[in-house]
Amino acid sequence: MNKRKLVLVGNGMAGVRCIEEILKHNADLFEITIIGSEPHPNYNRILLSSVLAGDADIRDIVLNDYEWYKKHQIDLHTGQTVTRIDVETKRVFTDQGLVVPYDDLILATGSLPVILPLPGADKQGVISFRDIKDCEAMIEASKQYKKAIVIGGGLLGLEAARGLLNLSMEVSVVHIFENLMERQLDPVASQLLQQELEKQGIRFLMGKQSEAVLGEERVTGLRFKDGSMESADLIVMAVGIKPNVELARQSGIEVNRGVMVNDWMETSLPDVYAVGECAEHRTGVYGLVAPLYEQGMVLAKRLCRIDTPPYEGSVVYTKLKVSGVDVFSAGEFMDGAETRAIRVHDEFSGVYKKIMVRDNKIIGAVLFGDTSDSNRILQMMRSGSSIQDLKRVSILENRSAEANSGNDLVAALSDDEIICGCNGVSKGTIVQAIREKGLCSVEEVKQCTSASRSCGGCKPLVANLLESVLGDSVVVSRKEPICGCTTLSREELVAEIKEKQLTTVKEVMFVLGWKETEGCSKCRPAVNYYLNMIWPEEHEDERESRFVNERMHANIQKDGTYSVVPRMYGGVTSPAELKRIAAVAEKYNVPMVKVTGGQRLDLLGVKKEDLPKIWAELDMPSGFAYGKAIRTVKTCVGSDFCRFGTQNSIRMGIDIEKKFERLNTPAKVKMAVSGCPRNCAESSIKDIGVVGIDGGWEIYVGGNGGVHLRGAELLCKVKTEQEVLEWTGAFLQYYRENANYGERTSQWMERVGLTAVQAVLQDSEMRRQLNERVDKALSVLRDPWQQIMEDKQASRMYEELPVLT
Amino acid sequence: MQKTMVEIGNIHDLPLQTGRVVKVNGREIAVFRISSGDVRAVENRCPHKNGPLAEGIVAGEYVFCPLHDRKINLNDGNVQAPDSGCVTTYRVDVTDEKVYISI
Repeated sequence: MNKRKLVLVGNGMAGVRCIEEILKHNADLFEITIIGSEPHPNYNRILLSSVLAGDADIRDIVLNDYEWYKKHQIDLHTGQTVTRIDVETKRVFTDQGLVVPYDDLILATGSLPVILPLPGADKQGVISFRDIKDCEAMIEASKQYKKAIVIGGGLLGLEAARGLLNLSMEVSVVHIFENLMERQLDPVASQLLQQELEKQGIRFLMGKQSEAVLGEERVTGLRFKDGSMESADLIVMAVGIKPNVELARQSGIEVNRGVMVNDWMETSLPDVYAVGECAEHRTGVYGLVAPLYEQGMVLAKRLCRIDTPPYEGSVVYTKLKVSGVDVFSAGEFMDGAETRAIRVHDEFSGVYKKIMVRDNKIIGAVLFGDTSDSNRILQMMRSGSSIQDLKRVSILENRSAEANSGNDLVAALSDDEIICGCNGVSKGTIVQAIREKGLCSVEEVKQCTSASRSCGGCKPLVANLLESVLGDSVVVSRKEPICGCTTLSREELVAEIKEKQLTTVKEVMFVLGWKETEGCSKCRPAVNYYLNMIWPEEHEDERESRFVNERMHANIQKDGTYSVVPRMYGGVTSPAELKRIAAVAEKYNVPMVKVTGGQRLDLLGVKKEDLPKIWAELDMPSGFAYGKAIRTVKTCVGSDFCRFGTQNSIRMGIDIEKKFERLNTPAKVKMAVSGCPRNCAESSIKDIGVVGIDGGWEIYVGGNGGVHLRGAELLCKVKTEQEVLEWTGAFLQYYRENANYGERTSQWMERVGLTAVQAVLQDSEMRRQLNERVDKALSVLRDPWQQIMEDKQASRMYEELPVLT
Repeated sequence: MQKTMVEIGNIHDLPLQTGRVVKVNGREIAVFRISSGDVRAVENRCPHKNGPLAEGIVAGEYVFCPLHDRKINLNDGNVQAPDSGCVTTYRVDVTDEKVYISI
């Protein structure tokens, strides 16, 4: 079948979101080409302010990486610009000579920053705030220069200003009006915002009209209409955006402010569509992500010939993404003759809330200082529900403080209510995904449904939904802090470590406000583990935060002696190894030599000072029988010798053990490989158990033979040994990344459910990424016994201090 | 009774937040250099089940027994609630980077 050729001009959020929707509906319908001017894959422009603020790295805000395009066979051309559309022959031309034919063409050319036509605006050091390039320019400038002016006291300008402040620049914001964010805030909220930002260190020059940029080659300052001047080494113009319509205009497409589209996102030309900031729909031009996504979804269905209600415009709302300031605005917010307002202004706690009402319906709101009600209010606006029966002020009461009120709220919503405005994800979709795919965290809902993937504003609502579907048990475990030294849960801690790029235990405890400056015996090893897991290459393992077993690389026993277990891959040894072990045991008077449950030899009762010498003489790698790490892979005899063996379990066991040895995990991990379903290696009570069957392997996970006996569950069946390693690696890494420190796979599996783990691991791309990360973690590990033998200083720590006088 | 001071080596033989053992007159003593740089010395036996305190995790001025996680104040030797008990503490002096314990 000949696929239709679909060309997308613009590799931004709106256009690519539309492509994602198309792929979801029918991945085989189109041969897709995307052409974008920026030299990057699709990224989240909303989060540029976080990059500037230093909270995120550019890599963190990429929405779809190059792999994604490859996986969906999308022909991506970055760093070139479409200059012409030939509507007769249906082809587009780029500035680099590329010619691409299309059957359907989507214009998603976005918008351009408005550059004020001031004299001198072309000087060095005058930039806009629109893309990664601008971000980089600001970060670069902050290294050399001190003083910045931001022209524009709107949303974008304030985010830029706050970012520059974080880059240690002195920042003045110039605004032509008397009130900041005058298009979103009323004068009261505006004043509060200005006071707060002044407290943070931003200077404001209000009611000032810029006249000229001063300087020779590089900017030195700004002159205003009133004759006053302000010096600066950097000027950021953030006065607004205008739809980028040049291409459409030149191609004879009807253009007003933006590219004119109807309710199906069709332009005046057949087979040419427009979505996003470049489009004008019913006189509306949107610069916010939610409407753009809604447009993309309608267009995707249209292109896939799926029935869809038309796009009829969007309720817009704004949140300021500036640290320490919570501002929310939606709909109509200025007091007028036909509107009445419900208002709360608490000057003590700096909270101001106003809800605008017309005909008993909420038509807009401004919230400052506490925006926790924003989702609820937005829902009430969208649904147009009457507030006649409600106690007026109760609408503004922060009900999230009361237990379960959020759950009651989401429970009362109908299934087609939109929870995530950005991505248009309904309550029904989320609930269905939670139930069918066994999701149990906001992160998983995000991965699976895209809800809260963009601005993140609906996260609390998603969390409420999770709670209302899954019940309290999940809520309790989700909110448990890792120990008494902090209020942070594991998830929060891991997120903070990534976001703030924390790299040492000390830094974590200092930055995240630990109650005990050096933590305790619970959190120190946990934090050290999370750091190793998140930054395998960068974080240097902190010995002093390891429990004694992992510090000594041997098992402490009740009398203070240690036990030593050398590694015997797959439980296989040799006469030479046995002789060495016997000789060592004799020489150091080891009181007991015992075969362990994992088919290894344990030398019990070793004195601490003998440990380095014993390791040297054994000349075998450490068996990690003491660590929260990969322990043993137990095997049966298998097809080599056994009458019934269908697979070579010994080989498989050795391969698994060699590949994953030394890997640190949240708790100990025991494995086994059996050559046939008789299962002599007892694979069904292991963290990972592999069972050979005729023509393949079964992989079981989450088993435990300990206090809480638990049978392992079948994760999957595979054909080859390579696949066994691939699934094992993916499972281990997923466990490493998602379990609490100290949580065995059995407990973790009980908590998250088999289906949730399967849902993730069944995705081959996900498996590939997980394996990539586990390989990275493995690549930096060395045998600790060997390391200590080579390091005289480290060996000496095993000896007693001498008495000198 | 007159106490004697014994030298047990250089301050740099004691890595930060880590314990080491020294035996003096038949007593086993755990010596710690805490993060502040100060040195503390206590009897190397947890009053609970004789756990070797020198192997415990050191946090601030406390050590956690490696056997059953009792938390012990290195300044006064007191076991922290909800557990109880006390270990003997020893005076430590550091002069010219040399560490002396009074016993």
